[in-house]
Amino acid sequence: MTDRLEGREKVTGAARYAYEYPLDDPAYAAAVQSTIAKGEITEVHADAALRIPGVLAVLSCENAPHLHEVPDAELALFQSRTVSYRGQFVAMVVAETLDIAREAARHVRVDYVSEPFDARLSADDPRLYKPDTVNPVFPADTEQGDPEGAFNGSAVRVDATYTTPAEHNNPMEPHTTAARWNDDGTLTLYDSTQGSSPTQEIVAQVFGLDRTHVRVISPHVGGGFGSKGTPRPNVVLAAMAAGAVGRPVKFAVPRQQMFATTGYRTPTIQRFRLGADADGTLNSIIHEVFEQSSTLTEFAEQTATPTRVVYQAANRRTSHRLARLDVPTPSWMRAPGETPGMFALESAMDELAFAAGVDPVELRIRNDTDREPESGLPFSSRNLVACLREGADRFGWEHRDAAPGGHWEGRKLVGMGVAASTYPAYMRPNKATARADEDGTFTVRIAAADIGTGARTALTLIAAEALKADADRVTVEIGDSSLPEATVAGGSAGTASWGTAVVRACESLRGKMNGSVPPGGLEASADTAAELDARDEYARHAFGAQFTEVEVDADTGEVRVRRMLGVFAAGRIINPKTARSQFIGGMTMGIGMALMEESVMDPRFGDYVNRDLAQYHVPACADVRDVDAAWVEESDPHLNPMGSKGIGEIGIVGAAASVANAVHHATGVRVRDLPITPARLLPLL
Amino acid sequence: MDSEVTPVHAEITLLVNGTEHRLRVDTRASLLDTLREDLGLTGSKKGCDHGQCGACTVLLDGRRANACLALAVAHDGAEVVTVEGLARDGRLSALQEAFIEQDGFQCGYCTPGQLCSATAVLDEAERGWPSAVTEDLRGDPVLDDDEIRERMSGNLCRCGAYTGIVKAVGEAARKTQAEEAKA
Ligand code: FES
Ligand code: FES
Repeated sequence: MTDRLEGREKVTGAARYAYEYPLDDPAYAAAVQSTIAKGEITEVHADAALRIPGVLAVLSCENAPHLHEVPDAELALFQSRTVSYRGQFVAMVVAETLDIAREAARHVRVDYVSEPFDARLSADDPRLYKPDTVNPVFPADTEQGDPEGAFNGSAVRVDATYTTPAEHNNPMEPHTTAARWNDDGTLTLYDSTQGSSPTQEIVAQVFGLDRTHVRVISPHVGGGFGSKGTPRPNVVLAAMAAGAVGRPVKFAVPRQQMFATTGYRTPTIQRFRLGADADGTLNSIIHEVFEQSSTLTEFAEQTATPTRVVYQAANRRTSHRLARLDVPTPSWMRAPGETPGMFALESAMDELAFAAGVDPVELRIRNDTDREPESGLPFSSRNLVACLREGADRFGWEHRDAAPGGHWEGRKLVGMGVAASTYPAYMRPNKATARADEDGTFTVRIAAADIGTGARTALTLIAAEALKADADRVTVEIGDSSLPEATVAGGSAGTASWGTAVVRACESLRGKMNGSVPPGGLEASADTAAELDARDEYARHAFGAQFTEVEVDADTGEVRVRRMLGVFAAGRIINPKTARSQFIGGMTMGIGMALMEESVMDPRFGDYVNRDLAQYHVPACADVRDVDAAWVEESDPHLNPMGSKGIGEIGIVGAAASVANAVHHATGVRVRDLPITPARLLPLL
Repeated sequence: MDSEVTPVHAEITLLVNGTEHRLRVDTRASLLDTLREDLGLTGSKKGCDHGQCGACTVLLDGRRANACLALAVAHDGAEVVTVEGLARDGRLSALQEAFIEQDGFQCGYCTPGQLCSATAVLDEAERGWPSAVTEDLRGDPVLDDDEIRERMSGNLCRCGAYTGIVKAVGEAARKTQAEEAKA
């Protein structure tokens, strides 16, 4: 139970985020967004802005420096006259102060020729196609047996379509970059990123620099939830601006502009067919997903992939179809794929439980499997059943009356729901160094990121254990691309991947030390690429079960979560204190997904209409009452030296279904379209 | 047009965390930008710049306020306490300690605002100010979990650290009350 190591800095305001580094005479950037969804820029009128005292430069497609092409076309800032979505950055102003820059941005006029566009996702769009792979490299479609035939021949059938809306990550710290070109031609970036090494590499490509000539510094990051996992246009904008005015430039994407330019979760339309025997044993699972990307970049979310993992069934099919629309580019948002996919699967399982007359917990236990259904690989460990049983026990599931609807407490309807969670235990190759000094202290270096996950603390505990030293003698340095190269904080793979490199570097150091440290100290390094290549083939996933009790106001349709408990099986938990916060944080975001989060596309403009925190609702303190997380002991020798699985995302997976299933139990109403707002629910009560 | 966009400046005085500052500010500048950019007090955060998240919460003349919604020029002579001013002589306040103990944050970006808000919550309860969930408007409000959740709902935390925040504020409230009872 170790306190967060940077806790003191964070509670005193001393922890610095990207915008907050003292820079010599900084200038400030403000961006201009396109007001059309598709078309060409004919002219950019900068003179009015340039006449304002304090304005240093206006940059747009008319005068921007040439950038090198990289796979993510979102980074080709001001490189063409083409507008690909409404809200795209089309110009910027750099000025002496933020107030001047913002004011001047309003005086930049952009003329366009507009073209017809389409920003509406539908399951019968003729432009839907099968992507080659879904994020990151999964097959788009899979099939085994005779899914249709088995479905048609099943005694109990569920055939339902679920939709999830676009959602925005909305980390509390906006996407921010402060950029400085140094006299030797190198570039320093203070950037709010989930990965200083990948950002370094991509920014170097964009500006045609040697990788070592870019340094990305990001010791503290105010959340990201995937949206800071890849460089966004803000980093290019700040660096370009700094080059243009020959001074350091700071740029934080205003909250309203984040909705178009920093990524979001794609909306999904998902049709599920489940066919089962009378006792609920699954014969057939068919999961068809329809989703969107922009015309700029193909981002195909892996929404159906959890369906390939969780339950047995001899006959099965999953598919993804993507429409490239005239919309902002979607990207990663906390458990991309698993989150919307498991909302649909776990809602459908709940429907099947009622159709078959089987208890929802029991139904899931009945369809457990000891091999990953589609690959046939054994699981390295799988304790879904233990999570279900333990959770049911702790939550008081046995007091639940099976019949849905009509559980009145005054004017409130009360109900309980359950859903399973799952998330892959990914690992990526990393490098680290470990150093021993004569005074008995150790320093471990790796370009890992702590975006609030507790990574700094967890890696320190991991290093201390490997060094057989007290944690207070160990310093772990992270958040800087000048440290040994590390992969992104994403895919819940951070601690497992970085931790392995840290352990190997520490082991190697101990081997060299042989009990003593010579004058000048000792250093050792590690690279885990070969180790990862040599791993045995297993299906590696974390599992969990989430239980929710809701009350529904029968007069207003308002749903409130009374209690929520997640029980997880995620290997060894490195630091219970920060781990609990990770699980609960994910579940809290899941409450938001279930009840309030929705980015509303206006197809007449091709843009999200709710674009601030007053209109895009995230859970507030009063929305989160009794939410708790627990875990079952799980020892898994096939993972990594720590025996850990990732925990940053699994908390949100299944959470929304758990809430929706509780709403059904309370009211008898099945809401298949998120979020479950009073406007949606009340007419059905 | 030029006349309307030429910056207008004004001289003001601010007493920030006990130190007096004489400043020349753009009359459009928010108190938040003034603290962060002019005074280098970057503890107060900007999450939305529109009064919707609470990350910028400071104590302005003793009461909590969103510094992004306050124009600096309108607060000439004001007394401001930011997160940097909550610890005394390097000693953390009971709230700051409780936030660490209860893990009332993850990324830490909302934390300065949460702490300033919570500092004011303790004070408001002490003065007997009711909230929307206070049942007995005559008695002194007791900071139970429902009261804390209601009073802290102006400060968003996207990391979802609310359960820890509520525990931390409760713990600090009990500690403060116990100390007062002793005194
Ligand atoms: S920054 Fe002031 S309320 Fe959000
Ligand atoms: S701790 Fe990250 S937003 Fe609250």
